[in-house]
Amino acid sequence: MAFVQQSSPHAHNARPTSKVMLWVILAALPGLLAQTLFFGWGNLINVVWCIAIALASEATILKLRSKPIGFILKDNTAAVTGLLLGLSLPQFAPWWVSAVAVISAIVIAKQLYGGLGSNPFNPAMVGYALVLISFPVAMTTNWAEPGLLWNDAAGFGDTLAAIVSGQQTAVDGWTMATPLDEYKHKIVTHTSAEVLVHPTFGDGVARGWEWVNAAFLAGGLVLIGLKIITWHIPAALLGALVVMSLAFGSNADQFAPLSLHLLAGGTMLGAFFIATDPVSAATSHQGKLIYGAGIGVLIYLIRSWGNYPDAVAFSVLLMNFAVPFIDHYTTPRTYGHHKARRGLPGRGRS
Amino acid sequence: MPSTIKLWDFSGGVHPAERKKLSTTRAIQHAGVPGQLVLPLQQHIGEPAEPIVAVGDRVLKGQKIADVSHGMGVPVHAPTSGVIENIGDRPVPHPSGMTDKCIVLKPDGKEEWCERYPLSDYRKLDRDQVLDAIHSAGISGMGGAGFPTDIKLKPSRDRKVDTLILNGAECEPYITADDMTMRERAHEVIAGLKIMAWILRPERCVIGIEDNKPEAAAVLHEATRGTKIEIAVIPTKYPSGGEKQLIQILTGMEVPSGGIPADIGVMCQNIGTAVAVSRAIFEGTPLIERIVTLTGEALKKPGNFDVLLGTPVDYLLEHAGLQNDRVSRLVLGGPMMGYTLATTAVPIIKTSNCIIAATSSELPAPPPEQACIRCGQCAEVCPMELLPQQLFWHAKAAEFEKAEHLNLFDCIECGACSYVCPSSIPLVQYYRYAKGEIRVQRAEQLKADRARERFEARQERLEREQLDKELRRKERAKAAAEAQAKKKAEAEQAAANGKAVDERAAGSALVEQALARKKASSEAAKAQATMPSTTPLEKPDTEALEKQLAQAQSKLETMQAMLEEAKAQQADNVEKLERAVTKNHDRVKRAEEALADARKVPTTQSESQSIE
Repeated sequence: MAFVQQSSPHAHNARPTSKVMLWVILAALPGLLAQTLFFGWGNLINVVWCIAIALASEATILKLRSKPIGFILKDNTAAVTGLLLGLSLPQFAPWWVSAVAVISAIVIAKQLYGGLGSNPFNPAMVGYALVLISFPVAMTTNWAEPGLLWNDAAGFGDTLAAIVSGQQTAVDGWTMATPLDEYKHKIVTHTSAEVLVHPTFGDGVARGWEWVNAAFLAGGLVLIGLKIITWHIPAALLGALVVMSLAFGSNADQFAPLSLHLLAGGTMLGAFFIATDPVSAATSHQGKLIYGAGIGVLIYLIRSWGNYPDAVAFSVLLMNFAVPFIDHYTTPRTYGHHKARRGLPGRGRS
Repeated sequence: MPSTIKLWDFSGGVHPAERKKLSTTRAIQHAGVPGQLVLPLQQHIGEPAEPIVAVGDRVLKGQKIADVSHGMGVPVHAPTSGVIENIGDRPVPHPSGMTDKCIVLKPDGKEEWCERYPLSDYRKLDRDQVLDAIHSAGISGMGGAGFPTDIKLKPSRDRKVDTLILNGAECEPYITADDMTMRERAHEVIAGLKIMAWILRPERCVIGIEDNKPEAAAVLHEATRGTKIEIAVIPTKYPSGGEKQLIQILTGMEVPSGGIPADIGVMCQNIGTAVAVSRAIFEGTPLIERIVTLTGEALKKPGNFDVLLGTPVDYLLEHAGLQNDRVSRLVLGGPMMGYTLATTAVPIIKTSNCIIAATSSELPAPPPEQACIRCGQCAEVCPMELLPQQLFWHAKAAEFEKAEHLNLFDCIECGACSYVCPSSIPLVQYYRYAKGEIRVQRAEQLKADRARERFEARQERLEREQLDKELRRKERAKAAAEAQAKKKAEAEQAAANGKAVDERAAGSALVEQALARKKASSEAAKAQATMPSTTPLEKPDTEALEKQLAQAQSKLETMQAMLEEAKAQQADNVEKLERAVTKNHDRVKRAEEALADARKVPTTQSESQSIE
């Protein structure tokens, strides 16, 4: 009789990576729904297209690397990268912009670094930053105007045709500046009250955007509830954004108000779905707090004084750089030790 | 009562399915006497015991059959009466599946006891006597590593034990041996605890029990009524029964890294050990049986059994109704920290608490390992507050220095990290690998360092000796020159003195002349008196010195011969012998010098006499 020979522990109760990623996808669906309701079919088409490109490029590289394609694709991480890009890109971004973003995310940012777990930068944000710098016009003029679906202006077919054709003129009637962009550029010469009459703001904080952000917030809370992510990064990120806004941006005639920072742009998607990517984030609780706060501060700095209206991608990437450093200096104290061993071995040894 | 005891929490921990009910439905039964008992000589930490019986000897139940003559260890006893059939290598319970020296006993079924000497009045005895009795009963820790109990119960003087903890947490799933012992043998548990408390004189005595064992807690409450023993019912969370975690839960203190609980005035003892101590003292019975949980879905009759040490696992599995077609893995110990058995031929030893015969659906093979996504779940559940993920990266990359820097050696291998890993990475296995590699590296480094130190020390010593020799030679030359000069000077002075005396004598009165003459004659008489006394003594003195020199020379020769031999064999004592040779060399030299001096003496004396 041959018995199974295995190292302890013999019991396992893990939620496999594939399930973790599936939960991330499910938790993002309310946000996608809100996007579709307020901004039309663009995001949904982008999501599908981006996921398809993501899986195809991951499969291609895995084949080149002679890795088991089916086994790795089933971990759902490529799908999550595609999903996040689909949710972040402008609704009417031409198909090739999305393709470039996704391919660079999967091929360059993820697989060339060694695949899942080895990438120092958030792949989706690498892709996003790359197309934002490379195709600034396509990335700023293709944001759908709120209420598109109700106005019956751009149906599914129209949207798909616009994305596939990539014709800028075709979408001009359906697009509008984002609230952060509008505020940033108008406030230089106008008062807050004058800026806020623009239809992109609507009656609340930022028409449509507020609901999208609320939906991502809800999805994020579900992820925390399911213990798929911890509260540290989102809380620190949002906390830092609030503190920065209260400290520097109390004058609404000069800087975007706090409400706009929280509920317009990609704040909640960034805080709960992007910054929390475990692979490229800090690991200890203290490290996560520093990492999240760093992103929050950078978001505020770039939005207020930088050239870009939104700044989640750059802030996340900049803090990705800092992760190894943060990790070295936030090691927790081990049981039975007086203090934590921090820094590199051989230096400052206790 | 339990609510009054302050409890702390430890970080991390997991809640694996308990599966304890499988084996708690029936009372403890005796597993019976198998056809053969296999008793490994090493069932404890330390030196293996040495057989004190020969093949063919008939032994009685409880008779000592192997003892530890040097080093740390405990003896082994015959679990029943019978004949020693064999002494040789047999498979023993070990993760590696290795074989080790065992005594094989064929029971004769008579259960004939040897003479037993209970110490019921132990309180009137010396504590060392009681510790001796515990030692000769062969008791070593029955929960984990098997540390000799008598040594543990005698911590060094600077480690006063304030808190004695009896570990009834039994946090591993499946295992119920301690649970059932507490339920059915509470009086023995308490009696054993009282003996240990009497030895250690702690201020506090606590039994920690997880709250999933309410029956055991209730029985112990009853059994400890009127005593100062506290029953602490602690929240069920794996690994609360880990020594370090239980201490944290019950005292809020942490065992310093690399230290032992006694460093902070705490000691943990196992439930089974307490029962063994009680039996050793009150019945004079050595440790010859223990309670083993036989469980798992592949057994028809799971439960807890009194098992004679040395009982083969296959006998027990058959006894508990093993279904051969259903069993997929055999685990010795619990599902979190136990190890799989390759063969059922291994015996039960003092530390074996549980055998799980699991079906493939019960403990399924883990899914294939995936890439680490740095999710940090492992760090969340680590009871030692380590960074399992970083340790894994470093272990995998063979960056052992970095792994050590992150306190790899504080890992207790509880398996909580692997249990939750979403990528199904066998983390504990990586840590064991890294620890093993580091230990090997350390041993090699130590060896290399020692060799280098030895070489350097030898070089240094040779140089120093060369210098000393040179220095001594110079000193001798200088001393000889000085002596020569002094002699010359003295001779001159003596000549001068003589003149002075003459002048004085010439210038003095007649009376004085007479006095001087008288003095001179008396001095001459004195000199005469000393002369004969020294001269006869002198000859034997030289002889003795000569004898000494001959002795020293012959000793030096032997030493040199020994040194040559040692050098040829590259023995360890070369250094020592070299020192001895040098010493003897010096001795010979001294003897020679002394002899030379002695031979010089007569001339010196005569000279001095002439001066006088």
